[in-house]
Amino acid sequence: MIRRRRLLATTAALAAPAVLRAQTVRKLTFYYPVAVGGALTAIVDGLCSAYQKETGVTVEAVYAGDYSQTLIKTTTAIRGGGGPHFAVLLAAEMHSLQDQDILVSLDEIGLDQDGRKWLDGFYPAFLANSHAEGKTWSVPFQRSTAIFYYNKAAFSEAGLDPDKFPTTWSALADTATKLVKRDPKGDVTRWGIKMASDLGNAQWTFGALANQAEQPLMNEAGTEVYFNRPKTIEAMTFWRDLASRYHATPDGMSSWPQLSPDFLSGNTAIIQHTTGNLANVRDKATFPFGVAGLAGKNSPHTVVGGGNLYFFKNASPEERQASLKFARWVSAPERAAEWSIRTGYIATSPAAYDTPALRDFIAKVPEANVARTFLPVATGELSVHENQRVYKVLTDNIQGCLTGAKTPAQAMADAQTEADRILRPFKRT
Amino acid sequence: MMRRETVQAYLLLLPAVILLVAFTHWPAIETLVDSFYATPHGSRPPPFVGLDNYAALLDDTVFWQALRNNAVYAAATIPSAIILALLMALAVNGALPGRTFLRLAYFLPTMLPMIAVANIWMFFYTPDYGLFDRVLSWFGGGRHNWLGDTSTALPAVIAVAVWKEAGFFMIFYLAALQTMPTDLREAATLEGSSRWNYFLRVTIPLLMPTSLFVLVNAVINAFRVIDHIVVMTRGGPDNATTLLLYYIYETGFRFWDTAMAATLTIVLLAILALTAWLQFGVLGKRVHYR
Repeated sequence: MIRRRRLLATTAALAAPAVLRAQTVRKLTFYYPVAVGGALTAIVDGLCSAYQKETGVTVEAVYAGDYSQTLIKTTTAIRGGGGPHFAVLLAAEMHSLQDQDILVSLDEIGLDQDGRKWLDGFYPAFLANSHAEGKTWSVPFQRSTAIFYYNKAAFSEAGLDPDKFPTTWSALADTATKLVKRDPKGDVTRWGIKMASDLGNAQWTFGALANQAEQPLMNEAGTEVYFNRPKTIEAMTFWRDLASRYHATPDGMSSWPQLSPDFLSGNTAIIQHTTGNLANVRDKATFPFGVAGLAGKNSPHTVVGGGNLYFFKNASPEERQASLKFARWVSAPERAAEWSIRTGYIATSPAAYDTPALRDFIAKVPEANVARTFLPVATGELSVHENQRVYKVLTDNIQGCLTGAKTPAQAMADAQTEADRILRPFKRT
Repeated sequence: MMRRETVQAYLLLLPAVILLVAFTHWPAIETLVDSFYATPHGSRPPPFVGLDNYAALLDDTVFWQALRNNAVYAAATIPSAIILALLMALAVNGALPGRTFLRLAYFLPTMLPMIAVANIWMFFYTPDYGLFDRVLSWFGGGRHNWLGDTSTALPAVIAVAVWKEAGFFMIFYLAALQTMPTDLREAATLEGSSRWNYFLRVTIPLLMPTSLFVLVNAVINAFRVIDHIVVMTRGGPDNATTLLLYYIYETGFRFWDTAMAATLTIVLLAILALTAWLQFGVLGKRVHYR
């Protein structure tokens, strides 16, 4: 009798660790980027502590820089055998993250009936970069489109109607030219427009421009790019012309982190930026400002952007489950609505726009609804295998063109040649 | 049978040897080996490719540009940082009012982390309303896109490096000047030697060991310190500020092309080995140590 009891106790003790592990994922770590100014870190920490109060699970949010820094830190840590359980990375990184073989798909983690329904609740545009090989690899989180912020005071001063934003390239160039202000010496004191052309952002700006010429930049499989197509070259020409022909934007490179300060200080009248910057601009602008969808060659077109939640192989099955649970919690309509209100990012599901909180907010701040209305004319972000490498050759050539070293046609031809060389191993035709 | 003293000597050397091998020699050799293999994909072992990676490097225009940039960067930062350091040291060596404050001011850039320095200078370089453009506008200067223009970007990051480094080197020169025996000066004065002659014939030769040390450090830093590139330009525009180590970082950690990164690292090692040999082998022999 005693022996049997002891045996049972021993079995229980042996089995305990497995059971304990399954039930006690008490702590998760994730990396996230901040691509805009403002108090995003505080908002993320707030979400995590709310989750901790509700479920008892501590989620440690590690701020890891901008998107590309976060990507580098995440992959480096995972390759080193450590790293986070999940991370917010560019939605467009799916192909190259798969190349690295570090992702685990949602299907593999396990999606029940409810889980599938939850996935169907997102805007399809935001899941465009999530599907491959018949599986879902990421969950939309901080999603955006590129939009224009414009200084209404500058519009009035230049004799333009502040409530009417141009929708075509020619009208935009005209408006931007009129917004330029010079001092008596002829030096510019206010630029018409600025768009980011530094590494990590130039390809996003350009993705929008190419879509405005109605030219996709890559195929869905991420194995081909279309940089040297006539319409792509047209898009590059328009960008270059804003400086060389219209003198509405400065020559050379304009960098992303500089755009918000330039806009807020009145140095630039129009900037192309992410919706995620809305809260920051609302907070700090000392002048009336407007938000408008991007223009287009003939009609408005834009590009989606932002980050999705990715889950990693190196986490244990229990940790993966727990991570997915957090993802579901954080993307619930009320949370998505709150996230959108506090940051400006587009809430990831139509359901979030039905919540009273977001509905009231939009009634009060109509700018918050602009980006969403442009979702139907938004294309996916440039996303191919060896993504970072292709971004780099495209960016180098865009910068080569913007600094005047290359013609648009030459720059795009060079980018195409280089990208073809990089993507050759992935073409299986 | 080894003598007891020999065994003891080896044992005493062992900790240092282990550290050196584990953190310096072994990684270097492994990098060399890696440079002969292709980048592994997934779990497949990488194939041996011999010198293919090196051949690919010869065709890589970004590599050549990085090399050119680095040559310009080294040629500009090393002499200007050293000369500036020497001038600053001479300035604060003598007895003048506010000497401590001046020394501190010169040394301040060294105490700041490079990332902070780069962010401060980003503001200086901001077009239109940054410090430099504002100051220049008083004198009728126009707008400069310092970091966004291919022609000014590299000089701009060079200026940051010189500003950051000169103060550090000044400390060494100052220490050397402070220990210089005063009787030499008295003797020179008695002989009727001019200040300039004394500086040229006595001070400079006596500073040579310090100069060699500073030079070695300056050369290493010209290839080693790239924090400000990461913060300020990320190698742009169009690779105008891509330095060799930054290119290695990009290839290794952004593109995960580990084989190419290893190959580039070997090239960097070779360059550093060559300059070290030149410095210690050729220059070192001419230095007079007291």
